[in-house]
Amino acid sequence: MNAVLEVRDVTKEFTIHQFDKTITGCRNISLTIEHGAFVGITGRSGSGKSTILKLIYRSYVPQNGTIMYDSRDLGLLNLASCNERVMLQLRKLEIGYVSQFLNVVPRTTAREIVEQAVLEIGQDHATAQSRAREMLAHFELDESLWDSYPNTFSGGEKLRLNIARAMVKHPRLLLLDEPTASLDVHSKTRVRELIERLKTEGTTMLGIFHDIEFMGGLCDREYNMQAGFLS
Amino acid sequence: MSDARAPGEDWVLRTNKLSKQFGDRCDLCRSVDPSVLERNFCPKCGTVYALRSVSFDLYRGEVLGIVGESGSGKSTILNCLYYDLEPTSGEVFVRDFEEGQTNIFSVSGQRRRHIRNHVLGKVYQNPVHGLRMRFSSLANIAEKLIAAGNRTVGDMEDRARNLLEHVNIPTFRMKEAPANFSGGMQQRVQIAKALSNNPPVLLLDEVTTGLDLSVQAKVLDLIKQIRRDFEISMLLVSHDLAVVRMLADRTIVMLNGTIVERGLTDQIMEDPQHAYTQELVYSLL
Repeated sequence: MNAVLEVRDVTKEFTIHQFDKTITGCRNISLTIEHGAFVGITGRSGSGKSTILKLIYRSYVPQNGTIMYDSRDLGLLNLASCNERVMLQLRKLEIGYVSQFLNVVPRTTAREIVEQAVLEIGQDHATAQSRAREMLAHFELDESLWDSYPNTFSGGEKLRLNIARAMVKHPRLLLLDEPTASLDVHSKTRVRELIERLKTEGTTMLGIFHDIEFMGGLCDREYNMQAGFLS
Repeated sequence: MSDARAPGEDWVLRTNKLSKQFGDRCDLCRSVDPSVLERNFCPKCGTVYALRSVSFDLYRGEVLGIVGESGSGKSTILNCLYYDLEPTSGEVFVRDFEEGQTNIFSVSGQRRRHIRNHVLGKVYQNPVHGLRMRFSSLANIAEKLIAAGNRTVGDMEDRARNLLEHVNIPTFRMKEAPANFSGGMQQRVQIAKALSNNPPVLLLDEVTTGLDLSVQAKVLDLIKQIRRDFEISMLLVSHDLAVVRMLADRTIVMLNGTIVERGLTDQIMEDPQHAYTQELVYSLL
């Protein structure tokens, strides 16, 4: 078996103590992603798509089930229960996550954000600078923005920066949470091109897409999510 | 080298069942059942249980956030670690002191001073506690360097200058007393002083509390930069969740002297489990 990720019977419920209420995120999810595959999840908003990605990234802790990940350096690990420190290292070196929102430390320039990502994986400053330039150029982020703070950017610019930051590391597993949701057709095409490139380079990807047609032909497999169940 | 340890094994500071009480205790609260306590004190004798069996590890190069309401025991942890308070019971091990084999509370005053001067740095919420306000900024740093065994005036001055430059104190004000400085500048001098002996562990107690937003941003920038440049491990106590979210890799949530929840910072913020953590996170603006 050559699976990078194998999710087995994962259930996530949120207990809100204040209202004495339990909300279901997802139920008995199982899915397998082979090395180098590109798997897409579709579904209506609120159906629990993002919950799956956040469980894999350990932003959420599941009630039960296992999330087995085949790490490049650390062997087979259960992401649902492995040491937090191990999880942090995986996030730094192997697992990338692109959310719908850009989450950055204030007063860091676009260029610094992308460079720091490259530095995190142990590259030197020269490599970080050239890779960051290449990536920002690829996403056609206006050069006048490279040395300014992203809080002044438009939604599309922020998103492109967000994707650039995650993709520049060439992660082993890339989680994409609606990376094209608020982009125009042109920018979407750029994202698609980069996904294609990462795919030929062997990056394994799991993505959530509203407009799955746009990724048509690229997905090796598609799942549909409905009310917390996967089909 | 310890750097070669597997992730999860590379702790630099290990706290084991740290407890601190203020008061004499009575038969009621001596009973092991903590449910007799009202919040964190004994309803009969009034003994305050500031820390109750607190255990955690701090790893190499990480920032560990400690959050919780006022009086939850956050600062008491740092006070115990820096010998400002003697804990009632419990052990603390530091990797850079006797290979992490010796409980730092079991050693004599002389070796305690060694740990305080070589292994730990602390930045207090109120700069009055961390600085001598009437001495120059250079002298403040020199004091710490002398305590650590330095004797060459030229070297100490160079080191102090470098550090003060690093924290953006203008050269022409370095011989001035911190009493003349703004709150943000005092805090940066304090950070420079704490860093002067290259401590592997830095204790930060509400370092941005009470500073205005732009000054706060400067101090946060500095902490980020230090982390990037020196690979120091930090314990960051703050009741400001936004600050913790920005800086900490992992976070501990304290309530009434105990740890009620711990996890990756984004997990604490996005999927809080404990009722108190939920209350805290949902209050975040």
